[in-house]
Amino acid sequence: MESTQQTESKIIELKPFTDEMIVNMGPQHPSTHGVLRLELRLDGEVVREAIPHIGYLHRCFEKHSENLSYPQIIPFTDRMDYVAAMNQNWGFCLAVEKLLEADEKKDFEVPERAEYLRILICELNRIASHLLSFGTYGMDIGAFTPFLYAFRDRERLLLLFEKICGARLTYNYIRIGGVSEIIPMEPGSVDEQNYLDEVKEFLDYFEPKIDEYNDLLTANSIFSERTMGVAVMSEEMAISYGATGPNLRGSGVDWDLRRDEPYSIYDRFDFDVPVAKNIPELGAVVGDCWSRYKIRMDEMKESVKIVRQILAEGLPDGPVMAEMKAVRPPKGEIYFRSEAPRGELGFYIVSDGTPKPVRVKGRSPCFSALSALQELSRGLMVADIIAIIGSIDIVMGEVDR
Amino acid sequence: MNPEEIYKTLIDRFGNTVLGFDTELAGDPNIQIAPAAIANVCQYLAETDSLAFNSLMCLSGVDMGTKDEEFSVVYHLHSLRHRHSVVLKTTIPKTDAHLPTVSHIWKTADWHERETYDLYGIFFEGHTDLRRILLPDDWEGYPLRKDYMEPDFYRGMRVPY
Amino acid sequence: MSEILSESFLPKINLQEGTNWAIDFVKKTILPIFPDFPVQSGSVLVMLACAGIFVAVVPLLPLVLVLAERKVAARFQNRTGPMRVGPWGTLQTLADGIKLIFKEDYIPPQGDKLLFLLAPYVIFACSFAVFAAIPFSQKIIVSDFNIGIFYIMAISSVIVMGVIMAGWSSNSKWSLLGSLRSAAQIVSYEIPLGLSILTVVMLVQSLSMSEIVGSQDGGIFTWLIFRSPFTFIAFFIFFISSIAEVNRTPFDLPEAESEIVAGFHTEYSGMRFALFFIAEYANMFAVSAIGVTLFLGGYEGILPGYDFLGGLPGFVIKSLGLVFVMMWLRWTLPRLRVDQLMNLCWKYFIPISFFNILGTGVWGLIFRNDDVWSIGISCAIIYVGLIGAYTVAGRNLARKPEPQPSSV
Repeated sequence: MESTQQTESKIIELKPFTDEMIVNMGPQHPSTHGVLRLELRLDGEVVREAIPHIGYLHRCFEKHSENLSYPQIIPFTDRMDYVAAMNQNWGFCLAVEKLLEADEKKDFEVPERAEYLRILICELNRIASHLLSFGTYGMDIGAFTPFLYAFRDRERLLLLFEKICGARLTYNYIRIGGVSEIIPMEPGSVDEQNYLDEVKEFLDYFEPKIDEYNDLLTANSIFSERTMGVAVMSEEMAISYGATGPNLRGSGVDWDLRRDEPYSIYDRFDFDVPVAKNIPELGAVVGDCWSRYKIRMDEMKESVKIVRQILAEGLPDGPVMAEMKAVRPPKGEIYFRSEAPRGELGFYIVSDGTPKPVRVKGRSPCFSALSALQELSRGLMVADIIAIIGSIDIVMGEVDR
Repeated sequence: MNPEEIYKTLIDRFGNTVLGFDTELAGDPNIQIAPAAIANVCQYLAETDSLAFNSLMCLSGVDMGTKDEEFSVVYHLHSLRHRHSVVLKTTIPKTDAHLPTVSHIWKTADWHERETYDLYGIFFEGHTDLRRILLPDDWEGYPLRKDYMEPDFYRGMRVPY
Repeated sequence: MSEILSESFLPKINLQEGTNWAIDFVKKTILPIFPDFPVQSGSVLVMLACAGIFVAVVPLLPLVLVLAERKVAARFQNRTGPMRVGPWGTLQTLADGIKLIFKEDYIPPQGDKLLFLLAPYVIFACSFAVFAAIPFSQKIIVSDFNIGIFYIMAISSVIVMGVIMAGWSSNSKWSLLGSLRSAAQIVSYEIPLGLSILTVVMLVQSLSMSEIVGSQDGGIFTWLIFRSPFTFIAFFIFFISSIAEVNRTPFDLPEAESEIVAGFHTEYSGMRFALFFIAEYANMFAVSAIGVTLFLGGYEGILPGYDFLGGLPGFVIKSLGLVFVMMWLRWTLPRLRVDQLMNLCWKYFIPISFFNILGTGVWGLIFRNDDVWSIGISCAIIYVGLIGAYTVAGRNLARKPEPQPSSV
C-alpha cells in the first residue's frame, strides 16, 4: 500500500499535466449543430479526449419504416437531413426505383421531365445546404455576419422550393416514380416559364455572392489561421472512417458519385468535382478544416453550373410521374447510394414482395464522418473541436435518424 | 471485378467457409459467408491488392421475420481504387448472436457495429467499445428485432403514447 | 472643519487655488448669492453633486451604445434591427432593461454565494470609476489627478478580479474556463497597453490626463498620434490591446458563445447579467475615450483656436468613432484561438512596444521640443510607412485563395 502511494506521488510530481477536467459539451450547446453531446476530457484548454455521445434525436426511422408502405416512408426521410431534405427524398426514391426496375414483369421508368426537375431542385437544395454550412461555420469560428448573409440567400431558395412543392423545409416532393405535382406546372405553360425565370434570377444574383463570401470569410486571415492545418484527416483515414462527399474530397480523394457512378441523368451535364489541394503559400493542407470548408464553397459554383445547363435546355415535355398502380417491389434487396450534400447517402432496403419493406437502413454520411471526431480532436484545443464539428458539417437529425 | 469473379476468388481462397452466391433475388447479388470466417474474409478483401476494398459503405443487421430463426448481417464493400463493390452476407442464429468484429479493418465499422448491437443485440467479438449508441445505456431489449415488445415504462415515463 | 474635510476627502493636488473648478464654481457663482458659504466644504458638496449627476448620466451611455451596436450590426447584416419599441426601436434597450429587472435572480446553489453576488458589482464599479479621470472637456473632469492615467490603469486592472470571481463562484465549468481565459488575456494585454501608454507619457512628461490633452492643443498635427512615428504605432497597439481588454471580437474568447457558451457570466441572470452587460459597454466607451485623450487630441479640435471636433461634442464624437470601429471589427472578424491570442500579444505586441519605448526615447533626445520640424518629419515617416505597409498588404491580398483548379 505504501509503495503504491509513493509511486503515485512520484508520478504526480513528474507529471507535466494539470488535473483533468471533464466537461460535457452539449447536448444543449450553441455550436454542436443540434443535440450532439461531447464528453471532453480537458487539460486546461487542451483536449485529451473528446468522446461523442449521440442518439438524442433518435426518432426510430428504421423501426417506423418497417411498418409503413414505401411512399409513406418518404416524409420520414425528409426529417433525416432536414437541411437537404430534397436529396434525402431522392436518395430513398432512387433505391426503391432501382428495386422496381429489377422486376422483370413490369416496365418501369422515371419520366424525363421528372428527372430534370429532380436534378434542378436537388442542386438548388445542395446550394441551400452548403450555404447553411458556410454560415454556421462562420458563426462557429466567431464571425456572426456571414451567417445572416447565408440565411438571406437561403431564404430565396426556400421560397423557390415553396413555390414548387408548398413546403419550405420538409418537402416530400420527390416521389417514387417521379415528382409530386401538388402545385401544377404544365409543360410549356406560363407558370413553368415564370418559375424557371425566377431560378435564373436567383442564380444571376447568387453567383457573384459566392466570391463575395470568399472575400469575407475564406480569405480572412483569422479564419484561415483558425482552420488551416487544423485536424488534418489523411486520405487513408477519411476512407477508413467512411467519410464521404465534401469531407472525402477535402482529404484529396477525387470521388463524386454524380460523376463516377452517375445515377439519374447526371451524365448529361458538365460539371467539375472540386478536390482539395495543398496550398503551401497560404498554409492549407489537404484534409484540414479549411479544405473541407472550401470544397463546399466550390461545390456551390458547380451546382450553379448544373442548374444553368438545365435552364438552357429547358424542361422536357411529358408527365412527371411514372405510371404504376402501387409501389410493390419484388422480393430482393438493394443498397443504393447517392451524392447528398453531406456525402454519400445510402439506403439499404430489403423487400419481401409486400408493399411494406422488411428492413430499411439509412446509411447517413454524417454518422460515419462524426465517428472520426474522436481521433481528429485528440490533442487539439477546445476551440478546434468547434472548428472540426463545423467543418465535417453534421446534421444531428441524420446522425441519429 | 464483378461480384461473380470475387466469389470465385473467395472460393479459391477460403473454400467451404464461403457458403454461396445468391443471384436469384432482385437487386444486389450477395456472397454468403460463414459467420466465423467473416473477419478473415473481410481482411483478405481489404488487404489484397487486386481487390482492395478500402471502404465499408454500410453494415446492417437484418431480421426477416418473427418466425425466422436467424439474423443476417450485411456488409456493403466498395473499392475506391478499383471502383468495384461487393455485398457480403452472413447469417447467425438469434439465440447465439455473436460475430467477429471488422472494426479493426475499417474504422467506420466501429460505430456501425455499435449501432447493430444497439438495435439488434448482435454481439461483435473483439470490438473494443461495444456500447449502445443511439438508445440510452439502460434501455432494455433490441428494438429492431421483429419480436421486440416495447416497454410500458422507461424510468417512470410512459413509452407508448 | 473645512480644513479637515479637505484634508480627509479631497485629493490635495486638486485643491490648489485657481486650478480647482469646484472652488472656482463656488467662488464665482455661489458666493455672490450666499456670502457665508464655506468655500472648501462647499466645493466638496459641489463635487459630490457633480459626481451624482455623472453617475446618473454615464449609465445612460451603455443604453445608447447597446442600441447603437444592434443598429450597426443590423446595417452590417442587411437587417433593420429593433424596430418595434418606440420610434425606430429606440426604446428597445430600455424595454430590455425593464425585462431584465423583473427576471428571476438565480444563484447557483453549489456556488460561492458571496463572491457570486459581489462579482458584478466589482466589475460595474471599476468600469465606472475609470470615468472619474477622463477629461470630457476643459471643464468637465471629475477629478484631475496628476497621476490620472496611472489611476485608470490601476482601476481597470481590478476588473479581471471581478471576472475571475464570477467565473469561480458560478460553480460551472464553462464559467471557469471563460474566467481563466479572461485572466490570461487581460493580464497579458495589460502589458502592451501600459507600454504604449508609456510612449505618450514619455513625450508629454506627465501622467495627468488634462496635461496630456493640453499638450495637443495645436491642431490635428500636434495630436500625439502624429507627434512621432512611434506614437503612431503605439496608438494601434493601444487600440487593439484595449479591444482585447474589453473582451470584444476578435478577442472575445472569455465569452465566446460558440465555444464556452457565455464564459464567465453563463450562470448570471436578471439584473446581475445586465450589470455585466452595462459594464462591458461602459468599458468600451471608456477605453475609446482614453484612446482619444491620449492619442487623438482629447477635447482639442482639429484646428488650433477653433472648436471643430473639439470640446465636449468633439470628444464624444471621436470616442464614439472608435467605439464604432470596435463594432465594425466585431461584426466582420472571426475569433482567434487562445494560443494565437497569446502569440499576438507576447510575440508581436510586447516586443514592438519595447521597441517603441526605445524609439520614443531617442526621438525625445533628438527633438527636445515639438516644433514644425519634428512634426513634419514624423508625418513624413508615417506617410512613407503607410505606403510601405499598403504595398506589402496589397501583395498579400493578391495571394488570396483562388478557386481551386479541378482535377477533372
